[in-house]
Amino acid sequence: MLEVRGIATFYGAIQALHGVDLDVAKGEIVTLIGANGAGKSTLLMTICGSPRARSGSVKLEGRDITALPTHEIVRLGVAQVPEGRRIFPRMTVFENLQMGATLVDPTHFQRDLDRVFAMFPRLAERREQRGGTLSGGEQQMLAIGRALMSRPRLLLLDEPSLGLAPLIVRQIFEAIRRIAREEGVTIFLVEQNAFHALRLADRGYVLVNGRVLMNGTGKELLANPEVRAAYLEGGHA
Amino acid sequence: MAYFSQQLINAITLGAIYGLIAIGYTMVYGIIGMINFAHGDIFMIGAFISLIGFLICAALGINSAPLAIVLVLLMAMAFTAVYGWAIERTAYRPLRGSFRLAPLISAIGVSILLENYVQLAQGARPKPGGGSIVTGGFTLFSSDGFDVRVTWLQIVIVVVTVVLMAGFTWLIASTSLGRRQRACEQDMKMASLLGVNVDRTISLTFVMGAALAAVAGMLFLMYYGVVDFFIGFLAGIKAFTAAVLGGIGSLPGAMLGGLAIGLIEVFWAGYFSSEYKDVAVFAILVLVLIFRPSGLLGKPEIEKV
Repeated sequence: MLEVRGIATFYGAIQALHGVDLDVAKGEIVTLIGANGAGKSTLLMTICGSPRARSGSVKLEGRDITALPTHEIVRLGVAQVPEGRRIFPRMTVFENLQMGATLVDPTHFQRDLDRVFAMFPRLAERREQRGGTLSGGEQQMLAIGRALMSRPRLLLLDEPSLGLAPLIVRQIFEAIRRIAREEGVTIFLVEQNAFHALRLADRGYVLVNGRVLMNGTGKELLANPEVRAAYLEGGHA
Repeated sequence: MAYFSQQLINAITLGAIYGLIAIGYTMVYGIIGMINFAHGDIFMIGAFISLIGFLICAALGINSAPLAIVLVLLMAMAFTAVYGWAIERTAYRPLRGSFRLAPLISAIGVSILLENYVQLAQGARPKPGGGSIVTGGFTLFSSDGFDVRVTWLQIVIVVVTVVLMAGFTWLIASTSLGRRQRACEQDMKMASLLGVNVDRTISLTFVMGAALAAVAGMLFLMYYGVVDFFIGFLAGIKAFTAAVLGGIGSLPGAMLGGLAIGLIEVFWAGYFSSEYKDVAVFAILVLVLIFRPSGLLGKPEIEKV
């Protein structure tokens, strides 16, 4: 589904990614864990073409998308739940969801909306409320719902658990599991919350200073002493 | 009372024209955070194209005023929109992502270019025309031997403005295009992550602003019956003041600000001195910038962390 080869991304003169390779197969949940500043968010944004990779390639279902503009990549079925959620603060919940459906045939709208509201009933209650006034957990639900409205085949999630209460984190991860298992959406999940992410994922990668240092199944990485020492000990939700 | 009413009617008419121009400033600022200083000259171009349009209508023997107005309006909006699109494409888009002042300087350059180009192409002398398309009016009431008159043209101006602003507000609030524009205004990167073509949305914003300026240009021409290459400067700065007064980035603010500037200008001229009416307007700009920088309806700038 997604094939990343030798991606190098720079911010000005600073290199954030040093030749990252990874694969996500159709129907999989793959997670990328790593510390703050390891380059996780940069990788997700590079997949979407902003910033653009200076070298290397990104392929989606065999098609090279490295040089496509962001809105064209999105058109191919990639949706992102970005870092910090990026809800449109002065739009209502409903309008945010409408924005998610920008590229979708309007005849699907009502059914997709019902599905999102069934998954996150809180959003239905808050339908006419402005995005900026929602709580962190509600904003995260909205960000995921908005991404689902675009009927993605590949869903990229950037730290959906960040700053949320443990109970909400569990709800969010349960929602992600259902999106993958019941709706068949391929998931690439970037997380600092390694414990939850690795338990959910089929496979995982560990990113350190812009390089992939390890990969394996979720269970293997959970059992790996180095991973445990670096990302799991010292408190997890 | 009669004198006051007469001034009020005149002020509303003038305010409507300023409001139409102000919308272009405020929309462009809302979406890309720059002041398009060439917008006043777009308005001037709109007035010139309207003049040419009316002359063509006369040459073709179109005598019906409503028909001529509609034809000229469409023609002016179309041509001026092309100007707006081309300016964004050539003078602003290449500078996006550059330092903040670059597009501003570019805008001033475009403004000078347009003024000189029209001066060369059309001559520097004021050109009369368009003033006799809609004539006549009626007396609203008389008191103290003073007739309060409303001209048909004033009604046309206010009706056209109100209809356009209502349509425009609806477009921004309720259509898919308006939603995409608001999305770009609030978070351009996120909008592109949802499949919005940001460049095209910005182009359309310029096109819409220019089309409204063209309407203002036509109404101005009909109201004053004369244009020259320099009208865009003062009208543009006043409309910009209107946009700042109302709260730059706010659509209802631009309309309210336009009305306020019209009122200040006309009443100052009517009760104090017409030489200093522009001073009064710009003094208001200074006061607003000092005491309420976000304007009447604007939202205070919040620095994101």
